[in-house]
Amino acid sequence: MAIFLTAQSRVLIQGITGSEGRRHGARMLAAGTKVVGGTNPRKAGQRIDLNGTEVPVFGTVADTMAATGADVSVIFVPAERTKDAVIEAIEAAIPLCIVITEGVPVHDTAEFWARASAVSNRTRIIGPNCPGVASPGKSNAGIIPADITTEGRIGLVSKSGTLTYQMMYELRDIGFSTAVGIGGDPVIGTTHIDCLQAFQEDPETDAIVMIGEIGGDAEERAGAFIEHNVTKPVVGYVAGFTAPEGKTMGHAGAIISGSSGTAQAKKEALEKAGVRVGRTPSETAGLVRALF
Amino acid sequence: MDLFEFQAKELFAEYGVPVQRGKVARTAAEAREIAAEFAADGHPLVVVKAQVKTGGRGKAGGVKLAQGPDEAYEKASQILGLDIKGHIVYTVLVAEAVDIAAEYYLSFLLDRANRTFLAICTVQGGMEIEEVAHNTPEEVARIPVSPIAGVDGAKAAEIIAAGRIPAEAAAGAALLAERLWTMFVDEDATLVEVNPMALTEDGQVIAVDGKVTLDDNAAFRQQHARFDDVSNIDPIEARAREKHLNYVKLDGQVGIIGNGAGLVMSTLDVVAYAGQEFGGIKPANFLDIGGGASAEVMANGLEIVLSDPSVRSVFVNVFGGITSCDAVANGIVSGIGLLESRGEHVDRPIVVRLDGNNAAEGRQILADAAIGVVEQVPTMDGAARRSAELASIASKGA
Repeated sequence: MAIFLTAQSRVLIQGITGSEGRRHGARMLAAGTKVVGGTNPRKAGQRIDLNGTEVPVFGTVADTMAATGADVSVIFVPAERTKDAVIEAIEAAIPLCIVITEGVPVHDTAEFWARASAVSNRTRIIGPNCPGVASPGKSNAGIIPADITTEGRIGLVSKSGTLTYQMMYELRDIGFSTAVGIGGDPVIGTTHIDCLQAFQEDPETDAIVMIGEIGGDAEERAGAFIEHNVTKPVVGYVAGFTAPEGKTMGHAGAIISGSSGTAQAKKEALEKAGVRVGRTPSETAGLVRALF
Repeated sequence: MDLFEFQAKELFAEYGVPVQRGKVARTAAEAREIAAEFAADGHPLVVVKAQVKTGGRGKAGGVKLAQGPDEAYEKASQILGLDIKGHIVYTVLVAEAVDIAAEYYLSFLLDRANRTFLAICTVQGGMEIEEVAHNTPEEVARIPVSPIAGVDGAKAAEIIAAGRIPAEAAAGAALLAERLWTMFVDEDATLVEVNPMALTEDGQVIAVDGKVTLDDNAAFRQQHARFDDVSNIDPIEARAREKHLNYVKLDGQVGIIGNGAGLVMSTLDVVAYAGQEFGGIKPANFLDIGGGASAEVMANGLEIVLSDPSVRSVFVNVFGGITSCDAVANGIVSGIGLLESRGEHVDRPIVVRLDGNNAAEGRQILADAAIGVVEQVPTMDGAARRSAELASIASKGA
């Protein structure tokens, strides 16, 4: 099963002819992902070589879907063009759209989120500024390294890319059903709660790791959700205890404003919901290991 | 990026949001000149306001009325140089005083939790909005604003009515709201706050104070660099920015370099925990060098981190994902070489933790390079402990 991304997923890349699109397209193919094509309006009709495998280039997302049966889009276009790319994917009604691009203005994200909501969120958006989704052994859509872990029964949801990789690597002997990088921007499509719910319902997931960081109140709300809706064991980690107030720590959304968005408040909210929270990534991995 | 009040008001004026006349002074003499100019125009009463990016200026003695140029000089000399919650006052705004009949509140902001925009309006102005929301929540109107529909005349009137702004101010306030929304969108702001939004004795609705936060991600389509605060920025942060490094100065002793914002934030925490054992050793900075970790980026990163004199040891914490550890190790070795070739002697210990793809190969490359100051520790927790310990030893020796 896994969540969001399965062995049957057919992936298209918006921005497939750019350097990032080509590079990661080739890596996704090597990881076993069914990369079926991509878009570039100026190169429609051509084929592009992804490290030895040729895939077709189309003018639009709708054309790619019609010709290939694609049901997942991964977006690598520059920040300036990301809003239009996501809106195109929404209008084509693709079921899943993963926005890797970093540095998207939040007014653009708010607008494409509003457009997705206006059509009942028939397109699930993950990101922006995220590493994507990996269901090890099945499919990999985004930039998560495919060879750091194995297939297994842990579900992982995280705001941070490298902390995701770190956790996947530390627990590679147990393995993961799906890892979802939801991104570190102030506004994101798929949230911790969406992933917790999907993992709760996924018969191939036995335990959930949730990685958060300073900024906003998504972890607090996830805690409240877990308390009432999640029966599977959840282990948490929160980064940014030492972050100063008012400074953006790398991710656009990682900022403590006044007294809100602190790591301590998030940790307490998760613990109140019965989530075991590790002090360091290694301690967190140890808490997960103890469940298996 | 947060703006100073005078910068916020410059933007307000550009968008037709009414503000009182004012100019910025860096010295008391400049404040006197401005007040003299206003007095000549028949406005001898001015308000001298500290320009700092924090609240509570009034209580801290950072806002004073002055009658005429000499008093403006005197008040400006009292305010310039003040330390308000750690913010030094380098500039004051000298503005014409206005007769205020009533004070209201209006803002537009990003609502992260609901992934939309929000208008907040209340008849209770002049205080911190958090305080009003806490004491009299029923007085605070929170109206969602769709990013697609935005704020037109009708929506502006709805917001003002919901905030129970009285009839004599409603039309002016609604017009102000409409223009403020245009500014919020066109400038890629995440917060525009007018507090107080004042009704003057002569019936005008004006922005007497303003707070604006702009989205750094929109830099590519905005001219926001003109608002950069060169007076208050930490000099190391300024140089890091020139080198396109994501660096935040902190007040500890262990320099931190890592890849990925989350991992670096986590590294700071782990070092701070470990540092408790060594008399309160803390991280000295946040520095995310991203995925590549090329020799040049590593050299620039080390140079910036080591330029902080309070740094006693450095912790390089890298997880090899797409860029595997052998490439990262080569980056560290040639980065240190590059630094030495620039004449920068690397004299403080560097603890390196490499994990992830090709970790064994990466560790071997570092071992073979046999650089005296580099010490490898295989785990993140262990390496954090060791770098804190080395910083503690160096601090005692210093």
